[in-house]
Amino acid sequence: MSLIEIENLTVTFRSNGQTVRAVEGVSLKVRAQESYGLVGESGSGKSTILRAICGLAPISGGVIRLGGKTIPTPRGRDFARLVQMVFQDPYASLHPRHTIDRTLSEPLAIHGIPDSDTRVMRALDDVGLPRSFRFRYPHQLSGGQRQRVAIARALMLEPGILLLDEPTSALDASVQAEVLNLLNRLRVERGLTFLMVSHDLAVIDHMCDRVLVMQNGRAVEELAREELAGAKMTTAYARSLFDASADRMLGDVEGPHA
Amino acid sequence: MSLLSVKNLRVTFQTETGPVEAVRGVSFSLGRERLGIVGESGSGKTMTGRALLRLIRPPGKIEADEMIFDGQDLMAASERQMRALRGRRIAMVMQDPKFSLNPVMTVGAQLTEGLRQRDRLGRDDARKRALTALDAVQIRDPERVMAAYPHELSGGMGQRVMIAMMLIPEPDLLIADEPTSALDVTVQAEVLSILDALVRDRGMGLIFISHDLRLVARFCDRVMVMYKGRVVEELAAADLMAAQHPYTRGLLNCLPRIGGPRGPLPGLDRTGDWAE
Amino acid sequence: MVALRVWLSDPSPSSRGQARLGQFWLGWLRLRRNPLAVSGLAIVGALLVIAAFAPVLAPHDPLAQDLSRRLLPPFTPGNLLGTDDFGRDILSRIITGSRITLYIVGLVAVTAPFLGLLVGTVAGYFGGWTDAVLMRITDIFLAFPRLILALALVAVLGPGIENAVLAIAVTAWPPYARVARAETLTVRNSDYIAAVRLQGAGVPRIILGHVVPTCLPSVIIRVTLDMAGVILIAAGLGFLGLGVQPPLPEWGLMISSGRKYLFEQWWVSTMPGLAIFIVSLGFNLLGDGLRDVLDPKSAPK
Repeated sequence: MSLIEIENLTVTFRSNGQTVRAVEGVSLKVRAQESYGLVGESGSGKSTILRAICGLAPISGGVIRLGGKTIPTPRGRDFARLVQMVFQDPYASLHPRHTIDRTLSEPLAIHGIPDSDTRVMRALDDVGLPRSFRFRYPHQLSGGQRQRVAIARALMLEPGILLLDEPTSALDASVQAEVLNLLNRLRVERGLTFLMVSHDLAVIDHMCDRVLVMQNGRAVEELAREELAGAKMTTAYARSLFDASADRMLGDVEGPHA
Repeated sequence: MSLLSVKNLRVTFQTETGPVEAVRGVSFSLGRERLGIVGESGSGKTMTGRALLRLIRPPGKIEADEMIFDGQDLMAASERQMRALRGRRIAMVMQDPKFSLNPVMTVGAQLTEGLRQRDRLGRDDARKRALTALDAVQIRDPERVMAAYPHELSGGMGQRVMIAMMLIPEPDLLIADEPTSALDVTVQAEVLSILDALVRDRGMGLIFISHDLRLVARFCDRVMVMYKGRVVEELAAADLMAAQHPYTRGLLNCLPRIGGPRGPLPGLDRTGDWAE
Repeated sequence: MVALRVWLSDPSPSSRGQARLGQFWLGWLRLRRNPLAVSGLAIVGALLVIAAFAPVLAPHDPLAQDLSRRLLPPFTPGNLLGTDDFGRDILSRIITGSRITLYIVGLVAVTAPFLGLLVGTVAGYFGGWTDAVLMRITDIFLAFPRLILALALVAVLGPGIENAVLAIAVTAWPPYARVARAETLTVRNSDYIAAVRLQGAGVPRIILGHVVPTCLPSVIIRVTLDMAGVILIAAGLGFLGLGVQPPLPEWGLMISSGRKYLFEQWWVSTMPGLAIFIVSLGFNLLGDGLRDVLDPKSAPK
């Protein structure tokens, strides 16, 4: 049974008399504990799908179901305990005037969950941050550290589904490796389901079991990881994305190994 | 023949909690070739580029034992002499055309501004030069682009306009600071090939600053790896896979690769002496 | 002292209080580098001290009249700044008047921004009709020149210090609403607001806990810069006899009553005028300095 089902989703933005169809007729199914990727360039609508799931983008057509049930509008508090999101920009996703402690204990306060002290400390341990960071402000942390806090925050309510919007694209390569490793470890430890967005095909290949290629709001092609690695795509666009990532192949200069 | 020679460049900023050294003793020389400067954030690579053009304002301070461009001492040059150099002989292309193009001027106005103010060309001559420049960066409808504002252009187009603008005065040295990092993957390749052709045809020196080691290795002749303000390794791009320094090797290996293993990615071991 | 400094600059604070105080400490270090801001702070600080210790500092009773010592010039022994037309010592009146100034300024500073913040953040966060209605109300208040509106209110309510404060506060809140709304619009779509909405936070929590703290620096800066204007309006009302009533030594009132003697006994009006000038300048300098400290663009990334 699919945990996340999206059927024919359409998202339309209206501003200043102009209508923009950010997502058009996209369907996908994510199984429980699977890691599913959305890849595309800017304007492909991949991030908009995540926002539509969260209720941050207006749905003008189609249905989104979680665990078989259509998601309610407005999303409600129970939704928060099911789905959480990690945002792209570590410099913008933490409130600049709240300490890390406040940022992490807030979801607990909203839902009336006790023992916030212990839980906050445990969360810091889980993402590999020293406990001494507890009362720091975001501007005292590096990009990678902030992203770890964002991940810890997303996991405070123990959701089963994690939406990841380009979680490492604003980070340095070495820090990206650490954060990706952390995400993978957490996914295995907690049995999470990931729906992950990226423009980087190599990151998607490393993290995801299946991937949907998107362009201009439409779904182009769905690939399993083996198909992606083996360059077995059938559409021209997917192939052009693959070719543009030439320097991300295993073996570098000689080209991909079969 | 050395176009640029830099010895022991240091850039320091005075903050309320004490001096911060962004660049700590960087030395290199450049002929009419392509040098890539690679590093992560905080490595000092962008500051190095800006220091060459003396674009760093107080409380930043630039010091160097030597910084000579084509026989002219850049450290001793007056602000007026630097202004004559900037744009005309040394040009800089920056990362995001959204922030480096003036949003309230049309592209045409920006392209011709330098020509009319600095070189004192008439309106028609300047316009013709601008159209030729846009043509050189493979913009198919230069007339429309001339009349457009920067926000009406796509990222790749904006970056091409930026390159055109910087290359109109035919500089000898181009400093490109992450020129393709803000662009989509498929557009990156296009812009890079345009840059490649222009640099090759005009015989310019190029300093390519980026965080992407592999990209730089494909594009440049030599690569200089920086970490925390220092040069950690310098090698020919062709020898990149045989790099010795642990930081360079770490950078090479820590990126995920298509078809690569799914185990944890190797991280960077920052415990060596070089990490000070 | 050194231990305190070390405690404040600890990069890993162990409590919320320590973290917050540490931030204040850093802000203070930044402010200290700006000599103009420090002089502004010194002036405001001096105002606070003088107002606090006014009865002790004033050499004479500010209300005691001595008609044999009318209109004495400055530097007369016993009356450093001279006496006014009732023989009252001007220096003592200025010192005592600082309390009134501080009272007016303080009351306005806590009421007007509070109201403005509330209106502005609610309008900015909800948008749509709420925004339109609230902003049109704000516009109506903004359309009147401040002094005229204050005058009208005092004329209706009657003279007196509390009514003057009320009148000034009513005219002072619209700019804060505007500032708060502008900040809210910027912040409304940011990721951290989206994150807390996703956690199931209700609107009051989002506005009070997340939006207001972001607007606060702009509002604080605005308040300090506005203080000068508030003092001048209070002085204006006093000058017109509609605010504070005699014999209270409000500075504006002192200028007004010295009007008749402006050419020959210039000090009766000029001394309180100088006091107003210095205090207004102090608030302005402090406000500018605070802007440099609190402006997020200059904060380290």
